[in-house]
Amino acid sequence: MVEFWWSYAWPTLWIVIQILFIVVPLLIVVAYLTYAERKVIGFMQLRMGPNVVGPFGLLQPFADALKLMTKELIIPTGANRVVFLIAPMLTFVLAMIGWAVIPVADGWVLSDINVGILYLFAISSLGVYGIIMAGWASNSKYPFLGALRSAAQMVSYEVSIGFVIITVLLAVGSLNLSDIVLAQQDVWFFIPLFPMFIVFVISALAETNRAPFDLPEAEAELVTGYNVEYSAMAFALFFLGEYANMVMMSGMTVILFLGGWLPPLDIAILNWVPGIVWFALKVSAMLFVFLWVRATLPRYRYDQLMRLGWKVFLPASLLWVVVTAGAIVVFDWYPGIVN
Amino acid sequence: MEELLLEYLPILIFLGLAVGLSGLMVMASVVVGARKPDPEKNSAYECGFDAFDDARMKFDVRFYLVAILFIIFDLEVAFLFPWAITLSDIGVFGFWSMIVFLGILTVGFVYEWRKGALEWE
Repeated sequence: MVEFWWSYAWPTLWIVIQILFIVVPLLIVVAYLTYAERKVIGFMQLRMGPNVVGPFGLLQPFADALKLMTKELIIPTGANRVVFLIAPMLTFVLAMIGWAVIPVADGWVLSDINVGILYLFAISSLGVYGIIMAGWASNSKYPFLGALRSAAQMVSYEVSIGFVIITVLLAVGSLNLSDIVLAQQDVWFFIPLFPMFIVFVISALAETNRAPFDLPEAEAELVTGYNVEYSAMAFALFFLGEYANMVMMSGMTVILFLGGWLPPLDIAILNWVPGIVWFALKVSAMLFVFLWVRATLPRYRYDQLMRLGWKVFLPASLLWVVVTAGAIVVFDWYPGIVN
Repeated sequence: MEELLLEYLPILIFLGLAVGLSGLMVMASVVVGARKPDPEKNSAYECGFDAFDDARMKFDVRFYLVAILFIIFDLEVAFLFPWAITLSDIGVFGFWSMIVFLGILTVGFVYEWRKGALEWE
């Protein structure tokens, strides 16, 4: 019995505790991201934003959650009931489990698998299923059109995201996310790979269906697209999943280009600050950019969006892969980490 | 091998917990939320009209083209992953082999472009 406890039950319990230490802060971050979005956009438009529920409106996310929970869960008569309910759950689950491999500080990672970036790439690719399933299962025109647009948009930009990841890998020589961060001790990758950093950030906006690429949800033409028929917690799951995806894409940007948990300068005072603080600050800065862009830019047209993805980003990132690899081979800049 | 699989155990448990959590949230909505079905409320949304026809209609073939193009390029990316991290081992020969492969793909890409597969008006 004692042996069972120490060799099986306790390790499993410990993993569950670690997972809770990821999921609970993540859900709080997502809740306050929705608050921050309304507040930031409010101030940018000279409004107050939510300011009634609690001091400065700080309890607004919880009020929203309670309201959504008490609403009626409507399943349209024509819908495929099972797929209709699985779709939001899938979106939410995929947005959560990506965090299993993201190192938030040196060694602070649930599972330090050596194909970390490949796992993240796969998880973010699967996100499209939640949306297309929702659009199909709703059996309604707006969700169907929204899901089609969304799927085409996400797969288009995923190709450039893949090439950008390849350029980073060329400079690192490892798929492990901690190795990718540690390879940036001398210089963060957004400096030598600056064009790819820009491509990645813009593709991240498109991949998460954020403004100015929020065509799948264009309220003026598609009345929010694929989630029109959703209500109550099923809608909340989509909402949480989408915002958790934003946090995850920001986390990926920080790990690939902004030095993860590393301080901006390698001096003692900055090194005393725990790594997770730097990580959180950088992710917050990226999230602010997401909100800032939404408040600033008008929405793209669909043909412009597809042209940008296929005719600008794809050739540019492919060319950059060749240039980076060529430079590494010619100048013998092979990365130091060899497995 | 055992060690390698053990690394994925936390991910599996995480997956289980996430599925449980999302299921719980949907269940909470079913338990706590109101339930007043109504034929009008449960019909598909179409700006207040009754739905004209089935929503699973014909759609533009270009979505299909994009999907095909995506498969080609995503496979290419998957092919590039191992190449990128072993470049220091395979050196100049590995580099040029991949350039030839990318060149062939680029010819295909240029053909698609010229044929107008990437045009959306």
